Amino acid sequence: MPQLSKRATHMTLVALDHVAVTLGGRDVLSDVSFTMNKGEIVTIVGPNGSGKSTMLRVIIGAITPTKGRGTRKTGLKIGYVPQKLHIDPTLPMTVRRFLSLPRRVTDDAAGMALTETGAGHLHDRQMTDLSGGQFQRVLLARALLAKPDLLILDEATQGLDQPGSADFYDHIDRVRRDFGCAVLMVSHELHVVMAASDRVICLNGHVCCQGEPEHVASAPEYRALFGTGTHGALALYRHEHSHTHDACDDDVCDHEHTHNHGSAP
Amino acid sequence: MSFLDDFMVRAVLAGIGVVLAAAPLGCFVVWRRMAYFGDATAHAAILGVALALAFNVSVFGGVMAVALIMALAVSSLNGRGVAIDTMLGVMAHSSLAFGLVAVSFIDGVRVDLMSYLFGDILAVDRADLVVIWLGAALVSALLVWRWQGLLTSTLNPDLATSAGLSPRREQLILSLALAMVVAVAIKVVGALLIAAILLIPAAAARPFANSPERMALIAVGIGITSVIAGIEAAFALDTPTGPTIVCTAALIFALGQVMRLVRTA
Repeated sequence: MPQLSKRATHMTLVALDHVAVTLGGRDVLSDVSFTMNKGEIVTIVGPNGSGKSTMLRVIIGAITPTKGRGTRKTGLKIGYVPQKLHIDPTLPMTVRRFLSLPRRVTDDAAGMALTETGAGHLHDRQMTDLSGGQFQRVLLARALLAKPDLLILDEATQGLDQPGSADFYDHIDRVRRDFGCAVLMVSHELHVVMAASDRVICLNGHVCCQGEPEHVASAPEYRALFGTGTHGALALYRHEHSHTHDACDDDVCDHEHTHNHGSAP
Repeated sequence: MSFLDDFMVRAVLAGIGVVLAAAPLGCFVVWRRMAYFGDATAHAAILGVALALAFNVSVFGGVMAVALIMALAVSSLNGRGVAIDTMLGVMAHSSLAFGLVAVSFIDGVRVDLMSYLFGDILAVDRADLVVIWLGAALVSALLVWRWQGLLTSTLNPDLATSAGLSPRREQLILSLALAMVVAVAIKVVGALLIAAILLIPAAAARPFANSPERMALIAVGIGITSVIAGIEAAFALDTPTGPTIVCTAALIFALGQVMRLVRTA
């Protein structure tokens, strides 16, 4: 992924410009434009197979767009927490050793990062012996050790129970306050995530709509994907409309790109 | 340098040189599940021998070149959606077959096929020793230099990419190291057993290691023990030396597995 050119403002960390990705003959993403600014918390929501992880992988540079371009601020430090990390049982790896990848960190820094994420007691454990929640905390600790400008979480609370994931997002919130880094996450847990986000992007191969959480939740594109009946969860933040819009509100939708509603289910 | 006059001393030194490079590299072969990859590359060495003899260039150079081409071809298959183990199996065995056929075209007097298939460690001369130790030093230096990057991209390619590393480059480095190990090891253990000298010490080290570095060091220790004990045993029992070394390593592996079972029982 090329570095973000000088023309971009200093506030922009990452920009995708009309990005399309075709993987194995399937159009996973089409015409996705997106910018991420300093200190923002942005959440990507969307059904399974809507290209959420692909979009993150374009941003970290693991996938080169088929069309369009993605750019990154020069020297941008990314802390990445992958959706799942399989550690081969043949690879011995303590938590402490894992934190020193890819760059070696001091014992003090490692200890602090573990304490920060509530995993202080795990120091000498083998990674393969950790529970799901412990594993995610260690992944987060490792991502934070890079002192990231941008923290990327790909369904980081997958496999955690309700209190576990609420706790996890608490940590992330604290991390954002302490480190001042931007956070970009993919999540299925709409209610938790929407409360914490500055901006929500509803993705289904293309950007259906984006904006503040309440606005996105009321957008017809969003409802077409998730239904009006996300029940109690969303009602926490907004009242339910009794009707559906057949056109989207201007303040909700991003009209900088062409909508392709035909590709929505 | 009179002690080098003893062919047993030369044999031990040659064996130690090979395992110094092969054992740490073998750890990556184990961690990345590329056992067949090692097989394919090692078997291609016979084709290298045939080509080197036909074109009258050094056997080391011929083996190195063909092994490198094979390693690159095989690693480019990764992630192409080919049934990878089938493909590797086809390449490993057909390269061996093509090599054997090619050797049969060479003037029979010059080629002692058995010594290339099973190695001839007792016939190692001073020039061979220099080549083996230079190759081993190069491979070790390469692995030490790239250790953190190799380990990170072995763990998870996306994790490496997000930190600005290139998993593809690390894969190339491993391919290069593998080709070099094959080229120096063919004289010692022969094309058929090179994969064994990569794999077995590393696999045997696993139950005794709690970090990747320790596993590599223990693998080197097990490799050296196998070389010395194997050469002694071959001398005492009048058995072929290369296979005896591999048998010794396999016995240590079995011992480690039994100890692990006893410990966990």
